[in-house]
Amino acid sequence: MFGAGGSTSSYEEIENTDAILLWGSNARETHPIFFHHVLRALRRGARLYVIDPRRTSTASFAHLWLGIDVGSDIALANAMGREIIHAGLVNTRFVERATTGFEAYRRAVEPYTLEFAERTTGVPAEAIARLAHDYARADRAELCWTLGITEHHNAVDNVLALINLALLTGHVGRYGSGLNPLRGQNNVQGGGDMGALPNRLPGFQDLEGDAEARRRFEEAWGCRIDPQRGYHLSEMFDAVERGELTALYVLGENPAQSEADGRRAVRLLERLDHLVVQDTFLTRTAELADVVLPATASWCEGEGTVTSSERRVQRVRPALSPPPGARDDLAILAALARRLGHDWGEPTAEQVWDECRRLSPMHRGMRYDRLEALGGIQWPCPDEEHPGTQFLHARLWREPLEGPPAPFHPVAWEPPAEPLSAEFPLRLTTGRRLDAFNTGVQSGRYPSPLGRREAVHLAPEDMARMGIQEGERVRVVSRRGSVEAPAHSDPTLRPGLAFMTLHTPDEVDTNLLTLDAWDPRSGTAEFKAAAVRVERPGAGAGATTTGRRASDGG
Amino acid sequence: MTASVTATVDGRPVTVPAGTTILEACRRLGVEVPTLCFLETLEPVNVCRLCVLEVEGSRALVPACSRPLEEGMEVRTDTPRVRHSRRMVLELLASAVDLGAAGPEVARWLAEYGARPERYGPPAPPAPAGARDGRQAGHHPGAPTGTRETLAQPVKVDNALYVRDYEKCILCYKCVEACGEQAQATFAIAVAGRGFDARIATEFDVPLTESACVFCGNCIGVCPTGALMVRREYEMRREGTWAPERQSATATICPYCGVGCTLVLHVQDNRIVKVTSPLDADVTRGHLCIKGRFGVTFVEDAAPTSDRGGA
Amino acid sequence: MEANGRAPASDPAERAALDEVLGPPPTAWLGGARREVDLHVASADARPGRDRLLPALLALQRTAGTLTPGAVHDLARRLDLPPSEVYGVASFYALLTQSSPAAATLHVCDDIACSLAGAAEVAAQAREAIGPEGEVGRGGLRWRTSPCLGQCDRAPAAFLQRTGEEDQVLAPVSLPWSAWAAPRPPAPTPPPPQVGGERRLLARVEVVDPEDLDAYRAHGGYEALRRALDLGPEGVVRELAAARLSGRGGAAFPTAAKWEAVARQPSRPHYVVANADESEPGTFKDRVLLEGDPFALVEALTIAGLATGAERGYVFVRAEYPLARARIAHAVEVARRRGYLGRGILGRRFDFDVEVRSGAGAYVCGEETALFQAIEGRRGEPRNKPPYPTAKGLFGKPTAVNNVETLANVPLILRLGGAAYAADADADATGTRLFAVSGAVARPGVYEVRARVTLGDLIGLAGGAPRGVRAVLLGGAAGAFVGPDALDMPLSPAAARARAATLGSGAVVVFPRGADLTAAVGRIARFFRDESCGQCVPCRIGTVRQEELVRRLAEGSPLGTAAEERALFDDLARAMRDASICGLGQSAPNAVESALRLGLIAGEGEGE
Repeated sequence: MFGAGGSTSSYEEIENTDAILLWGSNARETHPIFFHHVLRALRRGARLYVIDPRRTSTASFAHLWLGIDVGSDIALANAMGREIIHAGLVNTRFVERATTGFEAYRRAVEPYTLEFAERTTGVPAEAIARLAHDYARADRAELCWTLGITEHHNAVDNVLALINLALLTGHVGRYGSGLNPLRGQNNVQGGGDMGALPNRLPGFQDLEGDAEARRRFEEAWGCRIDPQRGYHLSEMFDAVERGELTALYVLGENPAQSEADGRRAVRLLERLDHLVVQDTFLTRTAELADVVLPATASWCEGEGTVTSSERRVQRVRPALSPPPGARDDLAILAALARRLGHDWGEPTAEQVWDECRRLSPMHRGMRYDRLEALGGIQWPCPDEEHPGTQFLHARLWREPLEGPPAPFHPVAWEPPAEPLSAEFPLRLTTGRRLDAFNTGVQSGRYPSPLGRREAVHLAPEDMARMGIQEGERVRVVSRRGSVEAPAHSDPTLRPGLAFMTLHTPDEVDTNLLTLDAWDPRSGTAEFKAAAVRVERPGAGAGATTTGRRASDGG
Repeated sequence: MTASVTATVDGRPVTVPAGTTILEACRRLGVEVPTLCFLETLEPVNVCRLCVLEVEGSRALVPACSRPLEEGMEVRTDTPRVRHSRRMVLELLASAVDLGAAGPEVARWLAEYGARPERYGPPAPPAPAGARDGRQAGHHPGAPTGTRETLAQPVKVDNALYVRDYEKCILCYKCVEACGEQAQATFAIAVAGRGFDARIATEFDVPLTESACVFCGNCIGVCPTGALMVRREYEMRREGTWAPERQSATATICPYCGVGCTLVLHVQDNRIVKVTSPLDADVTRGHLCIKGRFGVTFVEDAAPTSDRGGA
Repeated sequence: MEANGRAPASDPAERAALDEVLGPPPTAWLGGARREVDLHVASADARPGRDRLLPALLALQRTAGTLTPGAVHDLARRLDLPPSEVYGVASFYALLTQSSPAAATLHVCDDIACSLAGAAEVAAQAREAIGPEGEVGRGGLRWRTSPCLGQCDRAPAAFLQRTGEEDQVLAPVSLPWSAWAAPRPPAPTPPPPQVGGERRLLARVEVVDPEDLDAYRAHGGYEALRRALDLGPEGVVRELAAARLSGRGGAAFPTAAKWEAVARQPSRPHYVVANADESEPGTFKDRVLLEGDPFALVEALTIAGLATGAERGYVFVRAEYPLARARIAHAVEVARRRGYLGRGILGRRFDFDVEVRSGAGAYVCGEETALFQAIEGRRGEPRNKPPYPTAKGLFGKPTAVNNVETLANVPLILRLGGAAYAADADADATGTRLFAVSGAVARPGVYEVRARVTLGDLIGLAGGAPRGVRAVLLGGAAGAFVGPDALDMPLSPAAARARAATLGSGAVVVFPRGADLTAAVGRIARFFRDESCGQCVPCRIGTVRQEELVRRLAEGSPLGTAAEERALFDDLARAMRDASICGLGQSAPNAVESALRLGLIAGEGEGE
């Protein structure tokens, strides 16, 4: 946000805030221990608002749940913005001194009346107004989101719509008020921080815009750094498709199963001239590889750091000896460098980290022994006396304002990329289950008694209408492919909405259905909104869903 | 405003912030007050009564864990009355409950206070499986004359991840609090029944797999007596292969979502035998989810070598 | 709350019973039909209060004769509570069952007074007619023994819980077995209670129609409230202070101080509670007041509300008193209809209303904080004190909780004036006290006397003890036995203390010469074991060990020497007294200890 890619607040502030908005997040299941902090806030008397098409287990804890139709987030956010403006609840002082572009925002949200939002989201206008008022009037408010916001073709717009609300109300940059994308993997934050983004250098430094930073790295590394940003994942696949990209080195990812429109992903991986996969497991992607580099499990077989959702850099340590043949990621990279003619020696994790500290101002104070002593440190931590930073953007509240003001970014609502039709009348959305994780490579290997087999979840009304029995095998068909799965009646869904996970691709490859329409700015695909129909393989023709009611707005 | 109170503990003056419990005040002075149902991360329920102390002017003894120190209070921690109550609480518990896995501290207290559970007679025969569940409140059957009734009963093994051995349960309520109100808010278990038949139970004593349990294991994390035990530890103990002296404990970060929970991996013979989280970890406060506590065994050698070794 | 998605089904009658108690479910997420709007929005505001739990459980029990898994899950969803919690609460109370349903359950009192009046014979007949205790037997019926039902003046007594019907008291049990098992047995009219003595608190009992507000008014009713409104809250407290009224529940705390403490608390709202959970074995005085003069309690509670700044009062009546509950509920309804409850009472700016709640079979709920727990829909586990109810009571708010007899004194004090009430005081006590006299006396009943009256004179009021006196149990199971040498003891708290006894609840059970006290002591030991809530170790395990010990002594099979057993008992008694959370555990060894001291247990010879 405003040049820093991370949650602005800390978990402690979640506990001590007054209003928590979980938007497109089933944190109860996907971030259970984060949700413990939410629960502590609730016990303290904070109020919880959940915005999610499904009435998830998270939503069952909410004071107010808004069951919006899939992909209508911007309509809701803009209507909230308009309502806040019309009700005179704008934090005018903050907006005037710490932001720019309010006037354009005001004009942009003006068409988003409560009535429009009700039509688009399906949520009654009064509930939308109540959420707007409660958020704006709260003394402290935390807005948190997960993939329900970002796995859309317009992910960046979705995020901007939420940021606009925080700017409008001044709910950022103060203790207990902030904007928090909850990270889905133990080091997805750290990966981004370390420059594993096409346009970033370690320390989240701007590759294209910050020549000085680039120069520092060139100096330290003794090489020239291309000032042009590279591809993100979705662009890489497009480049493979165009034949421009012919070799791929995959570290700890399983794109053969984790990419939307999985059939296309496998086809493109197969087309590569050369595929190297470095992983702890022989994943489906690794099976396609020309070379597999068995790696140790970094979190328990090696030294290093990971960075959590609250920007906390924490140490991982070896507890187990790796199996024979598996090598540390760092050792593999160093060995590879040597083969390529660069002798990096045999650097330890700490030595690499110290290099990072030299080059990344926000990590500078994070010596290993300090990370140890303080139980992790939240960036930025500019020097070795610095305790780390609990929340970001305090500068916006300083008198006078420090640094540039935060800009409003007016955004417009568009429906999901794939419209519903008579042929594909159901909106399929995806998500995680409590006991499972991503493609199940890790989580598929312990005996979870929750024993929830993959199923296509349907509203009880849809099941009844189609005459489908609980557990009956049905075929789910999208424009890209079809899978078979047992049907499960799920009262948290309303008619027209279906739900599946991506956890058991070997059993039910849900990504054969999902859409790889991706946001050009984030590279994230629209996992959350595909158009499908459900067929009963046993039944004759016509035993398919009918376009009774689209659950999309508009 | 941080008001403070001054009081005496065994005649020694102590000044603490208002609201500090007697227990905390004693600990600051280095005075040992034994506790069983108390845990730093949970609100005190003051039910075990092991921590009771004498407070001048109070008719009954006072639980140190929950009672705030008051201005001018005169607390005595080592009087014959206090020692008697501690001995009796330990003795009564030991007479009914298997404290064998409750740890060295409890064993030390039992010896130190001279608990003699055998003076209540020989133990009554154990209850058959399920017999202690679902007894009608107010109608306790009692043990044969001349024997002492105990909680002896078969272990409940109804899922792949952990077991419940309720003959080791001292009814400290910690698991209920951790499962419900004070941490997890799952409420799979509650205290059911009454009196000596009070017990930790799911609704109608259904197996955990049919309850609301989400297998976070936070109940195990707070259990002071080993009544709740990870399946692997339970089985290794039964096989006689559980060897704490051969175990290492290493803190690292969970490999799943991005919350950043500290996991302590307890490793024996290069195998993760148990996962815990430190009570004082800011992120977890000792609590984990099913993936963190149980789902990390994927790294083990037990996994097919083709998966680990690669091509 | 998260649904666990495995809920078994309830039946329509159970759902109707829930609708009756809770109203129709407000949303699909709280058990209603799935409406379009529910699928787009859900607000926690719709959630009903947990305090409806016990009423709903009682309604379900009555409907189905048990609590089925389906009904428990339904109720849990309706109240947004976890099923485990609902089960935890349900399994705490003796009158709620989770086992197979019976068409009717007969609870046969085998407690002290009923045992003296032939309870064993009733139980034997029940076993003969139905089958083994606790099992559903012939005719789909079940019988169980029961702790004291508070009908000691009409012993032997039983309490009949029938599926689909109102509960019923059989006292004395006299109907032929075939009759009470019928679907609609003839409602036996219990004999009127014997009352006697000074009759100030008992003035209207058996004199004034307890269902007629006008008759109540014609006998001084609501004069006190009018005076209280004139005096204002401080004035009421001043009168109580002048009267030196102290609590009649056992602790003898000054009522004025308690009310003033509540009135002063800044936290709002305040509550007043009438403790009508009279369950102390041998005690039935509150029952007589509740059944015979219910408007007086409503008036007293209204005055308490005025004095403490409460707008809501609760009367918590034990479930085994169906007539008392009906009478008090009727009085509340009539008072509300006639403007004595509700908004703007007697035309003043004073709002107050009363809710009647029923217990579900738990002696411990007579302990004030356990009583709050029960009203709040929780297990009746007493809370640690402090904080005291005056600071944190019902729903965590400042609460004045008073025993029925204490409250009965309040209108009297306001009518007489505090000073006049206190005028004819004995050494340490003002006013009169009610004693429930039962056992081997000619006229068991409730007698009202002053503190100067001796135990012997009280027994005389009850017609004397024709078979002589071997011992008297004073204050119920939590009290103590005294020998015939105590007959000259005045009935004052101080005099009782001097003899290591207590007046406690006002129970006086007289044992005739030659009576077997061993069984009575054993019953008391079982009583505490069965009524312990189970929360704290000294009481949960201590009461079990005490019962085992008493049984060993009774059966003449001690472990080791008598001295060793005595030492063991002393150790137990001391720990229970010192370390238990509440009065139940603290007083559990009292009666046994007195019996040991007086040599009342067989094998140790008669104490005379």
